[in-house]
Amino acid sequence: MSTVYDVVTSKGLTYEQKLVALAHAAEDSLNVLCIPEKTKHYMETGAICDLNEGHAPYRPRYIMPDYELAVKQGCEFLRLDPPKDLDELLQFLMILYRHVPSITSFPVFLGNLDKLIEPFLDGVSDAEAAKKIKLFLIYLDRTITDGFCHANLGPEESRAGWIILGLEKELQNAVPNLTLKYDSDITPDAYAELALYTSLYCANPAICNHKMHQETYKQSSCSFVQGRGGDYGISSCYNILPIGGGAYTLTRVVLPHLAKEANSKEHFLQELLPDCLSHMGDYMNERIRFLVEQSNFFETSFLAKEGFISREKFLPMFGVAGLAECTNMLMDDEKKTYGHHAGADDLAEAIMQVIADYAAHSQALYSEIFDNHFALHAQVGIDSDHGITSGVRIPVGAEPDSMYDHLKHSARFHKFFPTGCADVFAFDPTGRNNPAAVLDIVKGAFAQGDKYISFYASDSDLVRITGYLVKRSDLERYYNGEAVLQNTVYLGGDNYRNARLENRKVRTTG
Amino acid sequence: MKAPVNKIISLSVVDGPGNRTVVFLQGCNISCAYCHNPETQRLCTGCGICATKCPVQALTLEDDKTVWDRQKCVQCDACIQNCPHFSSPKVRDMEVEEVFTEIMKNVPFIRGITVSGGECTLYPEFLTELFCMVNKEGLSCFIDTNGCIELERYAELMRNCDKVMLDVKAWEPEVFRDLTGGENSPVKKNLIYLAEQQKLEEVRMVCMENVVDVETIIQGIAATIPGYLADFTLKLIAFRNFGVVGKFAETRSPSKEQMEQWKELSVQNGIMHTRIV
Repeated sequence: MSTVYDVVTSKGLTYEQKLVALAHAAEDSLNVLCIPEKTKHYMETGAICDLNEGHAPYRPRYIMPDYELAVKQGCEFLRLDPPKDLDELLQFLMILYRHVPSITSFPVFLGNLDKLIEPFLDGVSDAEAAKKIKLFLIYLDRTITDGFCHANLGPEESRAGWIILGLEKELQNAVPNLTLKYDSDITPDAYAELALYTSLYCANPAICNHKMHQETYKQSSCSFVQGRGGDYGISSCYNILPIGGGAYTLTRVVLPHLAKEANSKEHFLQELLPDCLSHMGDYMNERIRFLVEQSNFFETSFLAKEGFISREKFLPMFGVAGLAECTNMLMDDEKKTYGHHAGADDLAEAIMQVIADYAAHSQALYSEIFDNHFALHAQVGIDSDHGITSGVRIPVGAEPDSMYDHLKHSARFHKFFPTGCADVFAFDPTGRNNPAAVLDIVKGAFAQGDKYISFYASDSDLVRITGYLVKRSDLERYYNGEAVLQNTVYLGGDNYRNARLENRKVRTTG
Repeated sequence: MKAPVNKIISLSVVDGPGNRTVVFLQGCNISCAYCHNPETQRLCTGCGICATKCPVQALTLEDDKTVWDRQKCVQCDACIQNCPHFSSPKVRDMEVEEVFTEIMKNVPFIRGITVSGGECTLYPEFLTELFCMVNKEGLSCFIDTNGCIELERYAELMRNCDKVMLDVKAWEPEVFRDLTGGENSPVKKNLIYLAEQQKLEEVRMVCMENVVDVETIIQGIAATIPGYLADFTLKLIAFRNFGVVGKFAETRSPSKEQMEQWKELSVQNGIMHTRIV
């Protein structure tokens, strides 16, 4: 939307979507960030992209409230006592979610739903619990009109988890996105199989490597972490973030846009890339500085005042996108491409190593939880991307014939990303008859070092675009110019077309 | 030791529990009228007819042997469709070690292998050697068989075989003979032997009205191994004419209702795990 007038008169936006767009336009009328000329250059070429976060950050991008703490102590600001039964709990959460901000103005993290609900199921029959939880889930889907909203399950099985998974298949909701934290030593096969079976009907839940992710914030020297053992949650598009904290910002380096300026591989690796990363880091620090020192967010938010979030548990997500295209441009040989040629993959790894070295040796402001470093994230892309593949994925249409080769390749690059890196697989519907087979593949992938995988069936209405879910039937309505409930349908619609996601290789017996 | 390999599928969700690699061996000892992959039935005679039909010249005749160029091949299957001998020029004679190497590329994503065919039990020594190697890697080994060879005769093979998926294609000998050209007394012996050995994973039958004695098979199984009916899955496979050549090429599938009735009969006979596929 180019002007305020366009927003006000749009036929394709709901009232709520106009309101958010107008707030964004108002924010962008400010000019409070100090941005050097060279940084502006990289932003103009598209090499540095702040994902249109806005010109004056006044809330963190992703907020991960400690809902378990809130449920235990109640919320003074919202005049809510600690819930005592299932009805009170679900109402407590519905009210609290309404007041959790984010970059999209909707909560991107709803907590470990099964763990929140389970203690309140004593004495409640399965049928009764299922009815109440179903109404709760429908409420979330229809009022949090943003597909980036995410809830977590596992790694332990629970009655609440079984009920939620059973409902998901029936409800076919895009919100919330769900991830099962999976650990083969903790999660029973039958429970993981139900999760995968469900995902082959409704693209939900995704499955993450709990063994690897639980280490992400354990080692932090931040004193605030000690009490909770550095617990993590998954928000938005598979962002692995500290519970009770979150991400201040997510800016990304779009590697192919930078590679256009390169004279040679050496020029790219030794000069261009380090210079661009350094400008990007400075820019992110500038955003953090304004948010922490001037916006007064942490001084005014009841979430911070009541201890549901702590400023010290926030970090900056340093995004990377388009490694595949960048590598292919620098190789400049159509027979030697990313995901298919050892030399190309070695170059890609060298590029990632430069980025990882920058992250390890630079200073991020106010990022105690991550030892004052930037945290790398394989960014999934945005609607306007053309010819830029998510993070470090192999481009759609160029996937290796063997799913195992694909997963081994993924593992090689997932290791660089503490705050999230994921692959999406379209699977043949026959997998529904044998979810144990899909679990075998997950176990193998996680043993190799893959961190996060999601599946959907090639015939399912709900599809995973890059990280979030959209209904194909909603995409059709969007393509016809109709207003649709969830804002992610707009993003997904353009992404689905621009990235030709209908061509995603379907993994099947063969 | 070598055996003719039709193909190896690295990822299968339909050949036993979990994710498995499937090895298809070439050659069969019966010829079912409804065979869905007739190109696996016989060994190549080297007649060269397929080479003349290949649109990309991926097949050549050298010393009376058909040679397949994997790089040139576009997998159009014109060779298979034109083969008058129910064979395929793409079959490769492979050493046990070669097959083992192919399987190991799929670790850790698979929990085991299934060897199918054609009829894989035509190569018991090959299977024994392969299973010994694969078992050592912690992978399970399954046989998929038409049951026409008595497995009890191959003690070492069966020691290394975890489970068997057995076809019971017909119960009355004359029905079996009409359908397959073979004898089914070994099938019944195998049914008993495998049940007693706790090696029966699955029993399958392709269901066709007026051709296959479906009710008799169900009752026959129930009466033959009454103590083991909860130990295996009975898969009732609805006949489909896809890929079928010959007299059943146009035959229709049984109705859903008919399949449900057979399933009901099976459950009533005590076969607890019965599935329609």
